[in-house]
Amino acid sequence: MIRPASEAEVAEAVRAARGPLAVQGGGTRGPAGAGTPLSTSALSGVVLHEPAALTLVVRAGTPVAEVERLLAAEGQRLPFEPMDHRPLLGTAGTPTIGGVAAANVSGPRRIQAGAARDAMLGVRFVDGSGTVVANGGRVMKNVTGYDLVKLLAGSRGGLGILTEIALKVLPVPEAAATLCLPGLEPARAVAAMAAALGTPWEVTAAAHDPGPSPRTWLRIEGFAQSVAYRAGRLAAALAPFGVAEVETNAASVTAQWQAIRDVTCLAGRAGDVWRVSVRPSEAAGLLARARAQAALMDWGGGLVWLLSPAGEDMRSRLGCFDGHATLVRAAPATHARLGTLHPAPPPVAALAAALRARFDPRGILGGGWA
Amino acid sequence: MDMPRPDDGLIARRDRIVARLRAVLPADAVIDAPVETRAYECDGFTAYRCPPLAVVLPRSTGEVAAALRVCHEEGVPVVPRGAGTSLSGGALPTADSVVLGVARMNAVLEMDTADRFIRVQTGRTNLSVSTAVEDAGFFYAPDPSSQLACAIAGNIAMNSGGAHCLKYGVTTNNLLGLTMVLMDGTVVVLGGAHLDAPGIDLLGVVCGSEGQLGVVTEAVLRILPRPEGARPVLIAFATAQAAGACVADIIRAGVLPVAIEFMDRPCIRACEAHAKAGYPDCEALLIVEVEGAEAEIAHQLGLIAAIARRHAPLEIRESRSAEESARIWLGRKSAFGAMGRINDYICLDGTIPVSELPGVLAAVGELSARFGLEVANVFHAGDGNMHPLILFDANAPGELARAEALGAEILKLCVAAGGCLTGEHGVGVEKRDLMGVQFTPEDLEAQMRVKDAFDPNWLLNPAKVFPLHLSAGRRAA
Ligand SMILES: Cc1cc2nc3c(=O)[nH]c(=O)nc-3n(C[C@H](O)[C@H](O)[C@H](O)COP(=O)(O)OP(=O)(O)OC[C@H]3O[C@@H](n4cnc5c(N)ncnc54)[C@H](O)[C@@H]3O)c2cc1C
Repeated sequence: MIRPASEAEVAEAVRAARGPLAVQGGGTRGPAGAGTPLSTSALSGVVLHEPAALTLVVRAGTPVAEVERLLAAEGQRLPFEPMDHRPLLGTAGTPTIGGVAAANVSGPRRIQAGAARDAMLGVRFVDGSGTVVANGGRVMKNVTGYDLVKLLAGSRGGLGILTEIALKVLPVPEAAATLCLPGLEPARAVAAMAAALGTPWEVTAAAHDPGPSPRTWLRIEGFAQSVAYRAGRLAAALAPFGVAEVETNAASVTAQWQAIRDVTCLAGRAGDVWRVSVRPSEAAGLLARARAQAALMDWGGGLVWLLSPAGEDMRSRLGCFDGHATLVRAAPATHARLGTLHPAPPPVAALAAALRARFDPRGILGGGWA
Repeated sequence: MDMPRPDDGLIARRDRIVARLRAVLPADAVIDAPVETRAYECDGFTAYRCPPLAVVLPRSTGEVAAALRVCHEEGVPVVPRGAGTSLSGGALPTADSVVLGVARMNAVLEMDTADRFIRVQTGRTNLSVSTAVEDAGFFYAPDPSSQLACAIAGNIAMNSGGAHCLKYGVTTNNLLGLTMVLMDGTVVVLGGAHLDAPGIDLLGVVCGSEGQLGVVTEAVLRILPRPEGARPVLIAFATAQAAGACVADIIRAGVLPVAIEFMDRPCIRACEAHAKAGYPDCEALLIVEVEGAEAEIAHQLGLIAAIARRHAPLEIRESRSAEESARIWLGRKSAFGAMGRINDYICLDGTIPVSELPGVLAAVGELSARFGLEVANVFHAGDGNMHPLILFDANAPGELARAEALGAEILKLCVAAGGCLTGEHGVGVEKRDLMGVQFTPEDLEAQMRVKDAFDPNWLLNPAKVFPLHLSAGRRAA
């Protein structure tokens, strides 16, 4: 295991590599593929935290928990609510901010506050030839040159090894509430969530559990006075969908959304897990076609988690839809056979391949693409 | 600022190139008469002008692809154009180039308030996107001051911002998908009505690529429900330092205003002379706007006033009616026009960390004195996006050059303070030669590799963004 302690050492390790490197942050998403393991865990620590500018610059190997602790001490948080994959994947390890950035991991608040990519203001990374590259910065508005920050967010290590990330953070609001509507069929649930998201009351999360006793949840956050007002108005607006119960206990609201964020309802159950990004109004139809053993909808229907029998080709079941399906949990052989990521149309695949060839000419960073 | 020497071979083949374009496009879609191409000789950055070889104005993605295939085969550089309001010369042609304008492609293709998006052709103006969803109670958030004129095409190419981006983000945060045509005519669809890319986020890098990766013909844009209401407060200060500190405290306190705008004394005076909004004559003022229901607005404005009182304000003027709100915004909205009346000006748009505002403003003041040119400041303070306006007289010999030199110094100051050269107007040709201030050659090389992947022959808007000496080898290839 190579464990560089500085950006310069990462660059050196990449230049010295004679074959593929399997780059990992905390290793919480399982093995990063074939190759010599390279861990970013020693690239840890805060470079800069400016609470009054809502910015945080951290080294890529910094544990997410440490980032969250530091922000909480200032009454702030990561806007995009990244999930902790450990319960769902049954893995151990320490999630790092670099892993979150490289996989563009975003939780329930993604629909309102944006994805990890939207909160990323700047990156430093080492490309496949061992060159250090900086892009973006630490300011909220920056259009100087191409946005390689977005390109690296979600690139799963295929274009470069992230060494440092600048993030926009947000204040933790004073209060939060969850509205719960029981008993809706998936199509009705998506309609209820769309109705809620179409109101001016800034719903910050909308999820649905289609299980045997279906539940639809909506979250409001803000000043205590606002939350009370908005929850009341929202419950009234959703009357056609049933009577909403309102939960305002802070600990319960937090625990509830953490469970949705981490998809704990599918944790520890046998089978493969798929994560489908879809146009919300297509979600109910997609769910029916999936014939999944269990499922969870987030993002107002725009994100569907599916549990299916091991080895099954879920993508062929789903057929054609506006979105894409990622295989999140399965045996390595299934990943190899079905592909982790949704196949891209030829012109898009060609562009992605051309970029990878230019950022990683020797093909040593491919591990994350298994 | 230099542009590459035009290719005489291309200019000599002009008739053949125009004939080939005419063969694949409707008759009225190709313009080559010099009186008509003159209209495309510059954009909003009017200091530099050059009529192109020809202009094509296609009406569909298919026509864009047909035009690009011809240009690709002929080896002609193509300069994409939306409404031509760029302030950095992004749409400035060269004499051997074809301007490809998308202004005629302005249809709404699909609108869905349940899925909260609208799909448009990119020649559609920014404001008319919001207008199209207005009756349904929605709006499109990014709102550049040029929104009446500028096109979604240019917004995507420049990743444009607006007054409301403190809360709602800039174009890239509101763009769900697009259709674009590569230089060789290949049509590429990225994203759609769903969120996030399955693999590498090509959408994210195309947004803000200044017309150098492909011609964007359609866009899927996120739309949002309109807030119940909005109201501003105007706060006057005796020093820029106090105003800057107040901004930082507001942001920290967890109030998320939609806008925090800053104006300094030179700007306030010019606006007063022009718009007579009744602003106090003070060193610095802030306009802070919040949204929500009446009681929510009152609560937030109360918090803001309490914070402001810690910074010895000269006056706190809270709007109590739509009429008062309009008066508070009147001066700010007429700032650029007011400046234009009294002077020629260069508008910079470097960004700095909000915490650096007081120090940078003081340093700008010193530079202004050293160069003997007045600088007025009006900007989006909440996100640190400065807009120093350098006032000069274009008829006085040497003043433009002096103003440009001062501009370069101010932008270097922004970078040194931890910021960047441009927060929303783009690099274009205006800031192209300063890129080395912010980036190492390796940083720029990585960006140019992206262009290599999308446009291997460097035919799309080739003389922009990257210093010419760095892109020379690629452009010649
Ligand atoms: C008075 C005034 C106020 C302004 N205020 C703001 C503001 O508040 N915020 C802000 O961000 N900007 C502002 N701007 C700058 C400008 O309006 C924006 O950059 C705008 O997005 C440009 O849009 P456009 O359609 O006019 O683009 P153009 O000027 O036509 O082109 C801009 C760039 O986009 C490229 N391009 C155009 N069409 C395409 C296409 N179809 N595919 C690929 N590339 C393309 C061009 O090649 C060029 O590089 C202002 C400008 C003016 C004149």
